[in-house]
Amino acid sequence: MEKTHPLPDERGHFGLYGGVFVPETLIPAVEELRKAYEAARKNPAFRQELDTMLTDYAGRPTPLTFCKRLTTTLGGPKIYLKREDLCHTGAHKINNTIGQILLARRMGKTRIIAETGAGQHGVATATVCARFGLHCIVYMGEEDVERQHLNVLRMRLLGADVRPVSSGSRTLKDATNEAIRDWVTNVRDTFYIIGSVVGPHPYPMMVRDFHRVIGDETRRQLREMEGRSAPDAVVACVGGGSNAIGLFYAFLKDPNVQLYGVEAAGEGLNGRHAATLTQGSPGILHGAMSYLLQDEDGQVQLAHSISAGLDYPGVGPEHAWLRDTGRVHYASATDAEAIEGVKLLSKTEGIIPALETAHAIGWLPEGIRGMAHNEVVVVNCSGRGDKDMGTIAKHL
Amino acid sequence: MQRLQEKLAACIQRGDKAMGLFMTSGFPDPESTLPVLREMDRGGADFIELGMPFSDPLAEGLPIQRSSERALQAGVRMKDTFRTAAAFCAESNTPLLLMGYANPIHQYGIAAFCRDARNAGIEGFILADVPLEEHLPFAGEAAASGLGLVHLIAPNTPDERIREIDRATTAFVYAVSITGLTGSGLGAIEHVETYLKRARSMVRTHPLLAGFGIRTHEDAVRLSRHTDGFIVGSALIEKVETLWNHESKPPKTHYEEIRRFVRALKNGDKGAEEENP
Ligand SMILES: Cc1ncc(COP(=O)(O)O)c(C=O)c1O
Repeated sequence: MEKTHPLPDERGHFGLYGGVFVPETLIPAVEELRKAYEAARKNPAFRQELDTMLTDYAGRPTPLTFCKRLTTTLGGPKIYLKREDLCHTGAHKINNTIGQILLARRMGKTRIIAETGAGQHGVATATVCARFGLHCIVYMGEEDVERQHLNVLRMRLLGADVRPVSSGSRTLKDATNEAIRDWVTNVRDTFYIIGSVVGPHPYPMMVRDFHRVIGDETRRQLREMEGRSAPDAVVACVGGGSNAIGLFYAFLKDPNVQLYGVEAAGEGLNGRHAATLTQGSPGILHGAMSYLLQDEDGQVQLAHSISAGLDYPGVGPEHAWLRDTGRVHYASATDAEAIEGVKLLSKTEGIIPALETAHAIGWLPEGIRGMAHNEVVVVNCSGRGDKDMGTIAKHL
Repeated sequence: MQRLQEKLAACIQRGDKAMGLFMTSGFPDPESTLPVLREMDRGGADFIELGMPFSDPLAEGLPIQRSSERALQAGVRMKDTFRTAAAFCAESNTPLLLMGYANPIHQYGIAAFCRDARNAGIEGFILADVPLEEHLPFAGEAAASGLGLVHLIAPNTPDERIREIDRATTAFVYAVSITGLTGSGLGAIEHVETYLKRARSMVRTHPLLAGFGIRTHEDAVRLSRHTDGFIVGSALIEKVETLWNHESKPPKTHYEEIRRFVRALKNGDKGAEEENP
């Protein structure tokens, strides 16, 4: 896998961000992982194994869909959707869990742990564990266990041990704390499948590499459909930032492609929200330096979003760097705008997006203002909305 | 840092094992931390680690997690921790360290933190999520303020890295006794001892102290056979937690009980009875 920009450096830094802020007990584990991944990414057999499983099992390549009625409704540029919602299990998350499970097998790890917010990463992890007959434990905040109950049922059916987390925020942040504590305790036989481009090095780099297939496919598909591989703008929602970086990565080097990451503005930026890059400041959480929602004393604040997958006070370190360099524009959409996004895409295209994805859709009417009819926008449709029907129903 | 070094050197010279005790700042409530520290001191602590509460203490087991949450809910802030530390250091020569996580210090400003820590009379600090890979900005400022930065090792730390940590640490090397969280059980004690023996043979420059999972005098004796001392945290936190949950008893007896508990940790049951103020 060649790199399109030379980051992170050897110690996992994207400029000021990233690194390995973990207890000493985890150092041998991240070191072992770093070496194993370094070897795997250069190994054609691993690449082959990964590609085969992405094709035969996950259903890649996913389509690039031109949205004729959405384009007409919004009256601006041509809008395409990259259909990660059509991946097996219903979101982009499986690209990463396939990569990590193949690595875990190579490393001889038998016990798999994961954290999950929306449950999509938990389901994607439970799925690949079932596929390979590996023991799977998923940590999930109690609040998320409630609002994403369908995914809890799916995980249990897939054989995973779902452990509700009652500490702190009772959402993704504390599920991640609990997964890290498990890892510290069972470090010798356990592989931690992190669900986004967060955590200590090498996770942000590795998870990005496993998702870059999204952008790479988009370039090829766009060339066939539009006669050019680079669109004018690319849009994705940002929780930890994995679906966004997966799509952005192929376009970072193209200065003419505008990149937009949409965070969750929750009840509004003056109220409770999860707009880390827009409103946060640099800090250290879950193994890396990045942007963080925190108070003056460096205590991490509770995030809020209607979408469990964006309800996180941190963000991947590469996004922090892309924010500071100005390469990516980070915007936000409120809970209400996300609900509008769900309705809009459902009614115009017959596609019910996940609430996370709906933030990118909800931002579009505002975000594409001023763009010309012949311009092209690609939006990452990171997941489907079945899991959110309970929440969505309350707002219809 | 000098007081801590001298204290540890004196213990080693006397052939005594140094006892370090951990208490969360703001626990059991903001007013009671200082009097609790006093009793820990009177009970025989050779040094004290004052925990800086953090919202996401990912190396802690439940007792210290609960104590941090309680302190934060009571509104304890870094400046309160410094105030408590300064008050303690003004009345006792027992060395005081701060222990916690990187983010509150990063947010405070590392240089400002080190300056205020030194002004409060603090000897140094320990950060559970700052390994060698990330320690330089912290170590640099600590050294500039004359503070120590204590590094940890774990049972799975390779030999060469233990040697490197011995070179990088200041004051002492903190041997985490188990691969696990604070407050975990020690598990198979032979494994812990084998590891501590190995660590002892690698750590040549600094004192070596064992912590995590030590609950009793017997644990302490057993683990410090191979080290220069031991550190107790969760067991003491649990003791305080239980005492303060008994609303009916007057706090005066709580303080006496803490002192007795600490004496027993150091000297066994016999020592706990001897009241020699
Ligand atoms: C469908 C979907 N999109 C996006 C996200 C947010 O994660 P990330 O920012 O890592 O893509 C999630 C997380 O659960 C998700 O389920």
